[in-house]
Amino acid sequence: MKKLLAATAVTALTAGTAFAGGHAEEIKLGVILGFTGPIESLTPQMASGAELAMAEVTESGALLGGAKVTPVRADSTCIDAGAATAAAERLITGDGVKGIMGADCSGVTGAILANVAVANGVVMISPSATSPALSTAEDNGLFFRTAPSDARQGVVMAEILLEQGIKEVAVTYTNNDYGKGLADSFEAAYTERGGKVTINAAHEDGKADYSAEVGALASAGGDRLVVAGYVDQGGSGVVRAAIDSGAFDTFHFPDGMISDVLESRFGSEIDGSTGQHPGTDSPGAAKFAEIVGDAFDASSPFTPESYDAAALIMLAMQAAGSSDPAVYKDHVLHVANAPGEPIYPGELAKALKIIAEGGDVDYVGGTAVELIGPGESAGNYRQIEMKGGEISTVQYR
Amino acid sequence: MDLLNAIVALANFVIVPATAYGAQLALGALGVTLIYGVLRFSNLAHGEMMAFGTMLTILVTWGLQGMGVSLGPLPTALLALPFGILGTMLLVLAVDRSVFRFYRQVKAAPVIFLIASMGVMFVLNGVVRLIIGVDERIFVDGARFLISAREFKQMTGLNEGLAIRTTQVITLVTAVVTVAALFWFLNKTRTGKSMRAFSDNEDLALLSGVNPEKVVTITWLIVAALATIAGTLYGLDKSFKPFVYLQILLPIFASAIVGGLGNPIGAIAGGFVIAFSEVTVTYAFKKVAGYLLPEAWEPDSLVQLLSTDYKFAVSFVILVIVLLFRPTGLFKGKAV
Repeated sequence: MKKLLAATAVTALTAGTAFAGGHAEEIKLGVILGFTGPIESLTPQMASGAELAMAEVTESGALLGGAKVTPVRADSTCIDAGAATAAAERLITGDGVKGIMGADCSGVTGAILANVAVANGVVMISPSATSPALSTAEDNGLFFRTAPSDARQGVVMAEILLEQGIKEVAVTYTNNDYGKGLADSFEAAYTERGGKVTINAAHEDGKADYSAEVGALASAGGDRLVVAGYVDQGGSGVVRAAIDSGAFDTFHFPDGMISDVLESRFGSEIDGSTGQHPGTDSPGAAKFAEIVGDAFDASSPFTPESYDAAALIMLAMQAAGSSDPAVYKDHVLHVANAPGEPIYPGELAKALKIIAEGGDVDYVGGTAVELIGPGESAGNYRQIEMKGGEISTVQYR
Repeated sequence: MDLLNAIVALANFVIVPATAYGAQLALGALGVTLIYGVLRFSNLAHGEMMAFGTMLTILVTWGLQGMGVSLGPLPTALLALPFGILGTMLLVLAVDRSVFRFYRQVKAAPVIFLIASMGVMFVLNGVVRLIIGVDERIFVDGARFLISAREFKQMTGLNEGLAIRTTQVITLVTAVVTVAALFWFLNKTRTGKSMRAFSDNEDLALLSGVNPEKVVTITWLIVAALATIAGTLYGLDKSFKPFVYLQILLPIFASAIVGGLGNPIGAIAGGFVIAFSEVTVTYAFKKVAGYLLPEAWEPDSLVQLLSTDYKFAVSFVILVIVLLFRPTGLFKGKAV
């Protein structure tokens, strides 16, 4: 009884302070990304991107009468659903975040959404979860993503390969929601357009040796090997084993494989390989690079998406006039899409002001955000090629 | 020509990798089997001892590379290997003095030793991660290939390439030298003979004046050397990642048990049996069949018995079969 009394008293007190701070409240936003694990080389830039948007808004003093937005980082590990769920639970119950920028990998994102976000009614905007399965996940209108579904990436990938006259490929994917979803959507799109997938085989991350996997891929044959994996994990292992055994000379890399690590590990050994990752040549991308400056690498995959995800949360709060996720969740699509004044990176203060005055905004951001269907990006891709050991842009599509 | 292509494809994807892998497993299994033969328990910490030895070798390799020392086409790690072995010997002796000696004195049951070794495994596991971290380390340098797939194709004009990595050759040569030295030691020297006597019949050996503590010490020293060599070769040929050494503990034990625990020849045979079955069962024979069979018979499917996901399961199936029909292993070892 004594404990219960004490607990009630504490709750009452904290609730009291929350009300007292109502005018210039401090809004905490969770940044939950895999700071350790298979995409740990990408996440620091992603987090910096999101935190940049928060700093911009705080500085403007225009959100909900001068609210201060503070990021709280948590580690999703990318692969361990249990650890990710616990981290998200802590963010919501411990830190009291009003929204989550994250998570990153599709598997943990689905787990956090189902177990924590929906249960606690907190909005989640993922910058990089691309599994098609998330389009149909039960989300109570709480889940959005600034990255396109891989159903779209599969189509783009099939088109790129066929345009180059590649009619037969072998596919290997990392054995999780992301890899499987992408490999399946690619196979469907490629076969439909007349290509042939000779083998669609999984590889496990974290092994020392992939010669057995490559043996099977080589036996099936194909003009190019599609590696739907992670560059910090098994993806690189498969590429290394394929080059060493002479099984494949050129590869095709989806988003999880494209990073500086690819250049530093293989360099000119994989010249002629192709790939694509979400990206755009809209003026937003350049503006984003401009405001980032030398602070971090603005062209790293999913970095502008992270900025956009955080920006959307805060703009929706402004449109709703409340930081309560149950209220502002209905305004996310509204601020992201036309009609309204187009908003580019670095113009968040302007956007907040327009909304406060009752106007309409169409958030374009760093990635030409256009949310379709159940709240996911329509998708723009940067097509790349390996030339002289470096990743170079071919075109945007 | 087609026959040659088939043979080369098979050699490139099955025979060469399996031989190198088999040699690594055999060296690991030898260490396990020696401990079982002389100290009479299954040392679960063996994988982590391999990881520890490899870690020391990597650290010394980095030091040597920093000083600009190199072996030309050979990896610098070979030069660092003796230091790794020495360090591991010290560690293993310290572990024996602080943990296993106590259980020997109280004449504990083998299962208690087994559990104690599991504890040692967890501690070493943590130590290795603390010192070198959990990331993948690539420490191989020197020439990468003895012959690369592209060179082979140009040389022979065949469709199929055969790649032989320098590390694969080094693995095999080092394994042969190590095994030869070990057998010479066990069969020809006085200390080796006393070890075998101790392994065959402890009481009789004690009566004939064999000093048990000396035998135990020598065994640990040899095991430390074997573990470091096996671990370094595996790390050179593939890549070093602490977690991987926990995984290969399974095929190593399978090798030792299939060959017959306590029997060194069995350990070597077991290593190759496990390695070849893992690779062969999971290989897709489509390409090879395509070369050998007339066009009309060419298979559409991959002709793959098991997906590569089940690689580790293969060792266990073989293990179960052997234990069912020959509980002492292929060569006469001790019943488990």
